[in-house]
Amino acid sequence: MLMTERERLAGEIQALAEKHGKSRTALIPMVQEIKRRYRRLDGYAMQVIADQLGIHPVEVYSVVSFYAFLGSQAQGKFIIRLCRTISCDMQGKDRVKRQLENDLGISFGQTTPDGKFSLEWANCMGMCDQGPALLVNDKLFTRVTPEKVHEILEECRRSFGVHATEQKEVHLV
Amino acid sequence: MSQTPSDEAGSRAPVSQQSMSVPRPSSPDAIGGTVTVNINGRDVKVPLGTTILEAAQQIGVRIPTLCHHPDLCVAGVCRICVVEVEGQRTLQSACAYPVTAPIKVLTHTQKVRQARRHIIDLLLSEHYGECYACGRNNNCELQSLAKEYGVDFFRFGHPEKPKYGIDHSSYSVIRDNNKCILCRRCVRTCIDLQEVGTIEVAGRSSRSYITTFQDKPLGDVVCINCGQCINRCPTGALRANDPTDEVWAAIDDPRKHVVIQTAPSPRAAIGECFGLAPGAPLTFELNTALKMCGFDRVFDTNFTADLTIIEEGTELILRLYKALVGKEPGIALPQFTSCSPGWVKYLEHFYPEYIPNLSSAKSPQQMFGAVIKTYYAQKHGIDPKDIVTVALMPCSAKKFECNRPEMDDSGFKDVDYGLTTRELAKMISEAGLELPKLPKSDFDAPFGTATGSGVIFGATGGVMEAALRTVIELVTGLKVENLFDHADIIPVRGFDGVKYMELTIPQVGPVPDILKHLVPDWNWLKGATLKVAVAHGTANAKKVMEDIKAGGKFSQCHFIEFMGCPGGCIGGGGQPIPTSPEIRMARAKAIYAEDAAYVVRKSHENPDVLTIYKEFLTDGPCGHRSHKLLHTHYTLRGKYIE
Amino acid sequence: MSPLPTFSTMTPEAGLKKALSMGRPDIIEEIRSSGLKGRGGAGFPTGMKWNFAAAARADEKFVICNADEGEPGTFKDRVILQEHADLVFEGMTLAGKAIGAKEGILFLRGEYTYLRPHLDAVLARRREQRLLGRNILGTDLEFEIRIFMGAGAYICGEETALIEALEGFRGEPRNRPPFPVNTGFLGRPSIVNNVETLASAACILQKGAAWWKARGTEKSTGFKLFSVSGDCGKPGVYEFPMGITVAQLLEEVGGEGAKAVQVGGASGQCVPASQFERAIAFEDIPTGGSIIVLGPQRDMLDMLHNFMDFFVDESCGQCTPCRIGNTKLLEGIELLKAGRCSMAYLQELCALGETMQIASKCGLGQSSPSAFLSVVKHFREEIMGRTPSHV
Repeated sequence: MLMTERERLAGEIQALAEKHGKSRTALIPMVQEIKRRYRRLDGYAMQVIADQLGIHPVEVYSVVSFYAFLGSQAQGKFIIRLCRTISCDMQGKDRVKRQLENDLGISFGQTTPDGKFSLEWANCMGMCDQGPALLVNDKLFTRVTPEKVHEILEECRRSFGVHATEQKEVHLV
Repeated sequence: MSQTPSDEAGSRAPVSQQSMSVPRPSSPDAIGGTVTVNINGRDVKVPLGTTILEAAQQIGVRIPTLCHHPDLCVAGVCRICVVEVEGQRTLQSACAYPVTAPIKVLTHTQKVRQARRHIIDLLLSEHYGECYACGRNNNCELQSLAKEYGVDFFRFGHPEKPKYGIDHSSYSVIRDNNKCILCRRCVRTCIDLQEVGTIEVAGRSSRSYITTFQDKPLGDVVCINCGQCINRCPTGALRANDPTDEVWAAIDDPRKHVVIQTAPSPRAAIGECFGLAPGAPLTFELNTALKMCGFDRVFDTNFTADLTIIEEGTELILRLYKALVGKEPGIALPQFTSCSPGWVKYLEHFYPEYIPNLSSAKSPQQMFGAVIKTYYAQKHGIDPKDIVTVALMPCSAKKFECNRPEMDDSGFKDVDYGLTTRELAKMISEAGLELPKLPKSDFDAPFGTATGSGVIFGATGGVMEAALRTVIELVTGLKVENLFDHADIIPVRGFDGVKYMELTIPQVGPVPDILKHLVPDWNWLKGATLKVAVAHGTANAKKVMEDIKAGGKFSQCHFIEFMGCPGGCIGGGGQPIPTSPEIRMARAKAIYAEDAAYVVRKSHENPDVLTIYKEFLTDGPCGHRSHKLLHTHYTLRGKYIE
Repeated sequence: MSPLPTFSTMTPEAGLKKALSMGRPDIIEEIRSSGLKGRGGAGFPTGMKWNFAAAARADEKFVICNADEGEPGTFKDRVILQEHADLVFEGMTLAGKAIGAKEGILFLRGEYTYLRPHLDAVLARRREQRLLGRNILGTDLEFEIRIFMGAGAYICGEETALIEALEGFRGEPRNRPPFPVNTGFLGRPSIVNNVETLASAACILQKGAAWWKARGTEKSTGFKLFSVSGDCGKPGVYEFPMGITVAQLLEEVGGEGAKAVQVGGASGQCVPASQFERAIAFEDIPTGGSIIVLGPQRDMLDMLHNFMDFFVDESCGQCTPCRIGNTKLLEGIELLKAGRCSMAYLQELCALGETMQIASKCGLGQSSPSAFLSVVKHFREEIMGRTPSHV
């Protein structure tokens, strides 16, 4: 019997709710986990989460839209967050910004058409003495220069090959 | 004040917007339970935990507010109520600061006045629109504050163009975020007070805005159209879908026969739009005004309220008979009232499996529309396609209700327009009429006679009381006055969120003619205990429904009255703004006073009602004809949003 | 040499072991008499906070470590967590004993997710060593710590906003009173302490209040960690006694000749060169540790623009003065950069800044105008009547 993606997602959300406790305190950890696995949070997922925690869907939407890391837009496989705060700014983040936009062909706030990279701004990441700093998903890069941008992107593209099939299987039950 | 669910545990609002958890002693005389606050040099002794705002109100010191509302939990976000507290560097918001120690408060120092003025200037710098082109002109809290603080220029600018589109998708509620000041009263109303959960704040910082799930149009989400958000919005950001242009056009069209039915709740409240204190009904002055505006006929919705009692009461008796005597399985009990379209949509979304429990009887408004375009049209030789039916209602959901696709049993749209109290007040002003000073006049025949039972529909518990008056008399053969003084069934009255009553049938009498063809006798009810309940506001409805689902006390009830709005219809989404517990209490008092003044106070004694059964609904209550015109079906909506 | 000399010389768990043998009031008294004040920026006396929480009656209490380090220019907590996580957890545990809490939560900002494996490993090891869990080191003390990941919101550094996030709400600060020590996480008494505060508390229990007070000033006892960045030769984390002057600090970090120093991050004060003799302490210029050095080539309006962009992005948006006020200040900066700001309007904006400082609901709105006001005060010639370059 084929299990649809939605059923699988609903099952996972239910398991997460049971693990974190079926109350509102579980909301942010659950959303973080779903985003980690699926890279986005669609309307269906939010409503299942709302149901499990006994809150309204619009409350889930409200919380998710507040936090920079939880936004429900579909995002790339690699989310690049460049720090724009004062110390990284003083150390040349603008040049890194331009190089990223050149190399990826998109502006900040956008995702590449092939869905691999998203460019987002971030505020102070706590690497002020080693800036400019950027995060690629959870991985930190410091003292980034326009030349290093290319290396970082290439490393991402190489690692993508390994994970290409992970998210696309249909699960047979 | 048990009216607001936020007083109880499990409030849905975030803690950043809840009232304080400082425990308040029940009596001010409890030892150690009071504290003295010094406000502007004057002392006032208050129970511990009282807010500065409440303490100030007690000694008549005015502190302006915007996000604060007597029905809602504390927010403390607008900051206009800030005051100086001695010893503190920052200003404190009076609405959110519980006093637990003697403090000295100054409410109008230079810093405070400057802060308040700045806040108004900041709000105006993002508030798009001009007062003279806004429906809340002269009844807007932002406008009043600007006047109070002498605003005569835009210190921080004023928007030249709108930032947001306007959401026109709902039949009932229109949202305009360009006028929103983010006080969040609507959010607290929808999530905390009503527990419907349609709107919330999304985004962050200056990108915050009030919206629905995934920014979908209001008409596509679980909004029940109760309009409680409109009643509490301080500005014109929320308003009802206004059909007055179309109504005027119908009146001005000589070919159209425009008929208006007026409900008791608007009549008890419309005086507020003309400067009167709440609780002064203008029922008969209104009839004059309506005629002068050009309506061809003015009818009393209480007529169909009485008709609803007969139909719904009969339906209940039939359900009980089938369940208790016929022992038929699957008879849906308890029976739920269905005259509140906000409640009906709430059930359709959140408890659709209980649709069979809803009475199939239409609301009085919709019954009237069907009756006018058939019985009335025939009786008076008017072509129903030339009849325009307008309903004056306290309700915003009625605009949605009259547009439900199944509401065309007359062969035409049964009710063409739902008009709110506020909208009619506007029309009367446009006609240059000063409503309170007009002479009184009667309703028009053939639907001019009403009973006290119809009037009390407007208050929570009213439908139940009307139904009980009729059921008791028809079943026991006794006068209701034998069981309840003056036929006032007090246990179902009042503003408690959920009311419950048991009534044992002491004796039974003969079956009245009108029901003779349905039940042979009443013996099967002799000694039976009728269990009824009343809930108002959807948060209380939810409590009852959850109890029913869990097989609790309310699942054993036979009949439950549900009203979508806190207070019942007198608190409806179309009523004059502002609203508060005191205002609703005054309106309810007016309604019960009207009832007491009636000679005929039971629906089954309404002569016009008996006439319509004799002349038109000849196969009796719940008969074939009644079913076609006066009963309806419902839609399984569910709460999932596509 | 380690940038954190004092922490590096501490004997592991000595503070906790001492605390396990002390009564709860005695632990609190040690902290109180040390004069330790919060190291996150607000500087609330730690002993007083713990005392309130200890006195509160409840079925449950919580110790929350605020690792949502987000103030621009601050990175000392990251280093403490990388190098001395044990000391932080030790501080949490003895705080738990002091106030009567069994549960500790480390609120770790989402940007520090890469620290998670390390921190999880430290916690696992502590559990094995009976430093966490039930019957800690054979006593009847029970304490457990879990980690909650932040989701990218600076405002969650504010203690009540942090608690809101823990509860699954938007990170919007609460009305105070009541305070978290009475009504905190899930309505229970909670203490929210900075990473450095908890590590310092562990040191104080080990070495004693007198040892702590020997450094620093009368009202700002002990040492402080500073994260130094910007136009200086040796950026990084430094340990200095409280009361050090700006000039002395600049000498240590190779920042002589600076035009100005931003002390306390974007919500701190901009100290011009003429005031470099002032002391960094709660008595004079307070800070959570952020020191940003601005060289002579820096444009103060650009710096201000960067800060205001930051606040406009990070404000939670619930209260009027901060939500709209910060936007107006930012627009004012853009006007100044375009050379189109009248003196009259600038004065209006300064008055607005003063209102924001006293009428905003929380520390963000109360401190965001500080940079604006100090730049306008100290660098007025530089910002008026400019030729527009770029906005």
